[in-house]
Amino acid sequence: MSNEVKIVKEEENFQKNEQYQLTMIPGAFARRLRTCVIFQFIRFIIINIKMIIVVSKSH
Amino acid sequence: MARLVVLGGGVAGHTTATFAAKWLGSDHEVVVVTPNAKWNWIPSNIWVGVGQMTKKDVTFDLAPVYAKAGIDYRQAKAVSLNPEGSESSDKPFVTIEYTSADKAGETENIEYDYIVNATGPKLNFGATPGLGEGSQLGEHTVSVCTADHAVHASEKLQEAIEKMKGGTRQKFLIGTGHGMCTCQGAAFEYIFNIEHELRKAGVRDMADIKWISNESFLGDFGMGGLHMKVGGYVVSSKLFAESLYAERNIEWLIGAHVSKVEQGKVAYELLDGSTGEETFDFAMLIPPFAGVGLKAYNKSGEDITDTVFAPNGFMKVDADYTPKPYAEWKASDWPRTYQNPTYKNMFAAGIAFAPPHLISKPMKSPNGTPINPTPPRTGMPSGIIGKAVAHSVCDMITKGENAHLHEASMAEMGAACVASAGKGIFTGTAAAMTVYPVVPDFEKYPGTGRDTDYTFGEIGLAGHWIKHILHHLFIYKAKLNPGWTLIPE
Ligand SMILES: Cc1cc2nc3c(=O)[nH]c(=O)nc-3n(C[C@H](O)[C@H](O)[C@H](O)COP(=O)(O)OP(=O)(O)OC[C@H]3O[C@@H](n4cnc5c(N)ncnc54)[C@H](O)[C@@H]3O)c2cc1C
Repeated sequence: MSNEVKIVKEEENFQKNEQYQLTMIPGAFARRLRTCVIFQFIRFIIINIKMIIVVSKSH
Repeated sequence: MARLVVLGGGVAGHTTATFAAKWLGSDHEVVVVTPNAKWNWIPSNIWVGVGQMTKKDVTFDLAPVYAKAGIDYRQAKAVSLNPEGSESSDKPFVTIEYTSADKAGETENIEYDYIVNATGPKLNFGATPGLGEGSQLGEHTVSVCTADHAVHASEKLQEAIEKMKGGTRQKFLIGTGHGMCTCQGAAFEYIFNIEHELRKAGVRDMADIKWISNESFLGDFGMGGLHMKVGGYVVSSKLFAESLYAERNIEWLIGAHVSKVEQGKVAYELLDGSTGEETFDFAMLIPPFAGVGLKAYNKSGEDITDTVFAPNGFMKVDADYTPKPYAEWKASDWPRTYQNPTYKNMFAAGIAFAPPHLISKPMKSPNGTPINPTPPRTGMPSGIIGKAVAHSVCDMITKGENAHLHEASMAEMGAACVASAGKGIFTGTAAAMTVYPVVPDFEKYPGTGRDTDYTFGEIGLAGHWIKHILHHLFIYKAKLNPGWTLIPE
């Protein structure tokens, strides 16, 4: 077994504050999706449709 | 010819006045009384507050727009209402005081047939010692509630960034400045925009950022939080809010009533009754909201302010104001038509109407200090209510005073809200959320109180694009450019 330290950058914040330990923190993939233009373009269309439905139900 | 007077040219009042002017045409008169010369798209003040937009980007002159719409615009503030007229005349009137440079301080009585109070909130900085005096922001903290406040906040932020570049650590404290605040969403946007800007400026590691608010849990937003479907689960907004704060390394202090503000320090009381202090180098604390303090008098000049307005200064409408315990709150307590119960030609729209009670669970510290968010009335509900009220007034004018009133209950309408978490066409993110309905209805939706098919939220670049498009779309609409009526509230 290697003694190498396994650093996962996204997980480091769990140790920065006790408050953070009991919540969830997004990993690298979830973070990348947030600013992935192609994925976000698809989400843009879906969110707009959902919002239009909510707006039309409210008028 | 009938005259409709609209008090306030913000989201609700502007919507009411512009639709009423369009529907009534030149047969009737629409007068708008509002103290500012400029219209402000308030949600984008967040971006002004971090230097990503200018005051000019988020405001425009009202006079040419009202001239185009055939609206009689008075740059003035309403002071009092005489809904029964005076001893010499039965005609109701509103007393206004001009704020424009040429007529500043002059007063005038404007008679009306119908009146809509859309005066929004008084920014009640004076409720917390040290936060300000009356509606004036104090010297220790900044605000993003008006475009001018946001410009000042941006200057202070730049100063803090320069200090960090020079090697001095800075502590940022953002949130609510009193136990009875609403508008947590605006503070939420500001804290994440600051964090984003500090990263861009390369000084994030020199900053400690802390959230302080009166919410009993993160993600309450004054709506008792919300539940949404994610990955096959139905989860509380608490989990997502905490996740975002942890991801961005922002500490939180919740259930806090800020009791005093001094230079570089706030004192607070928590829901468990304990007290403490928090230091800061830069603080943006939202003030509590109250009604703008309009007075009302009857025909003989006696003060009837208590009849027309609730103790918090907001106007009484067709809500059920009977005091009830939380367990007995119902969706049907919320108003539907926004008509004043005493004077049928008087309505309130947007933040100006008195809600029947909170939406979040009421909470008190053992010392008896109420520490709970008051109900938000965000842009979309304010616009929808403004339009419904315009419809009702137009029908009363054209079909008679017994015309059917249009309804827009916050317990039956949804709200779409996009909370920016940082600006940038490819690097920006925002939490795009919808809730349906705004006020939970536990009889109709036992469990979460809302329809989880239409209540959702997600964070990403798409949300930022939507926020940016909404900025341009709503300013376009407010300027009454071609096709403005097609853009929903
Ligand atoms: C920083 C910030 C960010 C926000 N972001 C969002 C967001 O992203 N999405 C969202 O949906 N909502 C947001 N909101 C909330 C939104 O701005 C309000 O819901 C909306 O402005 C309420 O509309 P209103 O017409 O009731 O009040 P306002 O828009 O405040 O308008 C009130 C008007 O009345 C005028 N007035 C005041 N006193 C008098 C008087 N005595 N006589 C006559 N006129 C008077 C005021 O000058 C003003 O023009 C935000 C609020 C803030 C402060």
